[in-house]
Amino acid sequence: MSIIVNHVDHIYNPGTVFEKKALNDVTFSVENGEYIGLVGRTGSGKSTLVTHLNGLMKPTGGGIYYDGVDISSDGYDIKALRGKVGLVFQYPEHQLFEEDVFADVCFGPKNLGLKETEIELRAYEALKAVGIKDEQFYVSPFDLSGGEKRRVAIAGVLAMKPEVLVLDEPCAGLDPAGREEILALADHLHSSLNITVIIVSHSMDDLAEHVERILVMNDGMLVMDAPTRVVFGHRAELEAMGLAVPEVTAILSDLKKAGLPVRDDLITIEEARSEILRVFGK
Amino acid sequence: MNFLEAKKVIFEYVRRGKDGEVDGFKRAIDEVDLDISQGDFIAILGPNGSGKSTLAKHFNSLLHPTEGTIYVDGCDTTDADKIWDIRKSVGMVFQNPENQMIGTIVEEDVAFAPENIGIDPEEIKQRVRESLVMVEMQDHRKSSPSKLSGGQKQRVAIAGVLAMHPKCIVLDEPTAMLDPEGRREVIRAVRALNDVENITIILITHNMEEAVYADRIYVMKDGRIAMSGTPREIFSRVEELEECRLTVPQVTKLAYELRKGGLDIPSGILTREELCRAICR
Amino acid sequence: MIRDITLGQYYPTDSVLHRLDPRVKLCGTLIYVISLFLFQTFTGYIVATVFLVSMIALSHVPVKFIFRGLKAILFILVFTAVLNTFLTPGRELVSFWKITITIEGVRLAAFMILRLVYLIIGSSLMTLTTTPSNLTDGLEKSLGWLKVFRVPVHEIAMMMSIALTFIPVLLEETDRIIKAQQARGADFESGNIIRRVKSLVPILVPLFISAFRRANDLAIAMESRCYHGGDGRTKMRPLAYGFRDIMAYVVLVLYLAVVIVVGIMF
Repeated sequence: MSIIVNHVDHIYNPGTVFEKKALNDVTFSVENGEYIGLVGRTGSGKSTLVTHLNGLMKPTGGGIYYDGVDISSDGYDIKALRGKVGLVFQYPEHQLFEEDVFADVCFGPKNLGLKETEIELRAYEALKAVGIKDEQFYVSPFDLSGGEKRRVAIAGVLAMKPEVLVLDEPCAGLDPAGREEILALADHLHSSLNITVIIVSHSMDDLAEHVERILVMNDGMLVMDAPTRVVFGHRAELEAMGLAVPEVTAILSDLKKAGLPVRDDLITIEEARSEILRVFGK
Repeated sequence: MNFLEAKKVIFEYVRRGKDGEVDGFKRAIDEVDLDISQGDFIAILGPNGSGKSTLAKHFNSLLHPTEGTIYVDGCDTTDADKIWDIRKSVGMVFQNPENQMIGTIVEEDVAFAPENIGIDPEEIKQRVRESLVMVEMQDHRKSSPSKLSGGQKQRVAIAGVLAMHPKCIVLDEPTAMLDPEGRREVIRAVRALNDVENITIILITHNMEEAVYADRIYVMKDGRIAMSGTPREIFSRVEELEECRLTVPQVTKLAYELRKGGLDIPSGILTREELCRAICR
Repeated sequence: MIRDITLGQYYPTDSVLHRLDPRVKLCGTLIYVISLFLFQTFTGYIVATVFLVSMIALSHVPVKFIFRGLKAILFILVFTAVLNTFLTPGRELVSFWKITITIEGVRLAAFMILRLVYLIIGSSLMTLTTTPSNLTDGLEKSLGWLKVFRVPVHEIAMMMSIALTFIPVLLEETDRIIKAQQARGADFESGNIIRRVKSLVPILVPLFISAFRRANDLAIAMESRCYHGGDGRTKMRPLAYGFRDIMAYVVLVLYLAVVIVVGIMF
């Protein structure tokens, strides 16, 4: 599986006062098994971009290729693509609608036209993968806690067995422990199930310890595309865009400025701890 | 008497089963005591479902305690005659800016509260102007809220409350839906109101970095106040916070790890500057 | 599809129509609508067309935008046309199999379509040039006398204003929900009627839940900002007529006069 986004533009409401260039010449590619973060301010075009990846929106310029085939070409099976590129929207729990959890997760595979047994097997596996307990399978999704609802909603997309999973702000509105749980789930899906995971977020702290590569969007343009550490080395540029580097990276860069011989391309607390202790010879 | 006092406040609601029969009671607030002076900056922390928002709705008489009493500026919040006085002196800002906008133009939205109170047109204009200046949104007074960023919308919501000339503003997770820049804008505005206008701030959040500026932090868990103290005191109790599904700010955590590693760093470090000074000393 | 509905949307620009007092515009729309139902002849429609075209020109709203509202009622238009064409008795025009098309039928269909199109364009023009809050202010003020009959005018105006403000928000929400369910492979376009109606459940349930959540949030926000109905409420900008508005009323009276003359003479 590979996705190539080639010089993609998207203009909303062309020719009116509401005209807005949401995507401006965006080019990048995603290989199988990558773990990517997509960062940018609200309104920078992140969400527009991800809805292009599974063909929900069509570029007004440029093209998107899945496994080398243009997804806008005539006769391309868009429905099959939506099964392959799973998109979990922000606040996905707001899209739950069935009477019980299990039925809701079955919705996706049912739309793929699978056999009854296959549908149920997939729903079961998906719910297990996100850590929902058996006794919660037949309760109303509206009776679950916020974090559980979100995991059920993610299971609803996982049950389609996507090769790429896009999570749009998966941690929004959750408490710190809840955030960690969701990010650990994303790690698990990436490493154990070998799914390509793309996390959309504006929190660098959430991404720092998880993703391997970061794409930064600003004003509809893709302004950075590099491994996580490299991106966080550009503190000044990120801050100018209204984004922040992880707190830990900021501390190290402050220390470096104050004259301490530390590296400032570290991103986790554990790394920073060893680095500072090393400088002090402990 | 202090500006806001809560005495053994309990709030229970009835839980109903599938057919509407009473299934039991759920205690959302459990014997909460609070004591907040005029001009304080208070942060209330707690995981999802710990009762923070329910408690906040008690402060301006949107909810009434099942047991116990709350006094705001000397008035009992259950006193029906004082309800509008209480709502005027305690303004609320909520999480989703979209759901609290009433006007289609910034200015109209800010004017909503003073119009409700029945203030003269000229005075309303004055208040709208002043309130927008306080949150630095005067240049957008003619804009449609839908054209604003999240941080700007939330500042308009704050201005809408300021136009009532409140003594206290309760903010219920005001930054949960914002990006880092929006968060900074809102927190900066809130701190300025506290510093300059001496307005009492009650900030409900689970973003630890925002609680650092508070005079006092209350941590809620399962409807109870589990911890209370200054940010320095609270954030030095890392394990206890983690039990409440919370963390400490990253800076505090790093300082804590460094101290464990044998570096001589004082406990309760809250900001990057403090940590840098402590390390470079 | 959903974004095509222009009714209830404000188009922000500056024009004479935008600056008019909402009461004038309400009154004008009313007179215009009445005139549409009075006219039975092509001469009448020429008068209405002249009026409508000059208003569109005055509004500075792009024509494309005004006509977009028609897409939403296309189905009703076709339905009306078909019904009138085939079911009106009269002189025969064409006849085949068991169906007869009459001259009267074609004439009636043409009028009905024109009437509906003009109705929609006229009323969209009002909402496109008037902010929702201005519109409801105007309604509240001009219908104030109904309070005597215990009609809760203020409450109705407030409900309308909120509904209008939240239409775009809910449309956006609908769009988001549709996309989210499409991402789960939902198909809204194929199948027979029953399947299509059933396919709406995954959209409608979340939409209703979201609308109720928003309504609840809004109610709490309004209450905490001291909202307690219309009693003792003041306005930052109370409505007041200016010279422009009086001139507009003169134009309206002239239009009404022409309408009556044309109605009688032709």
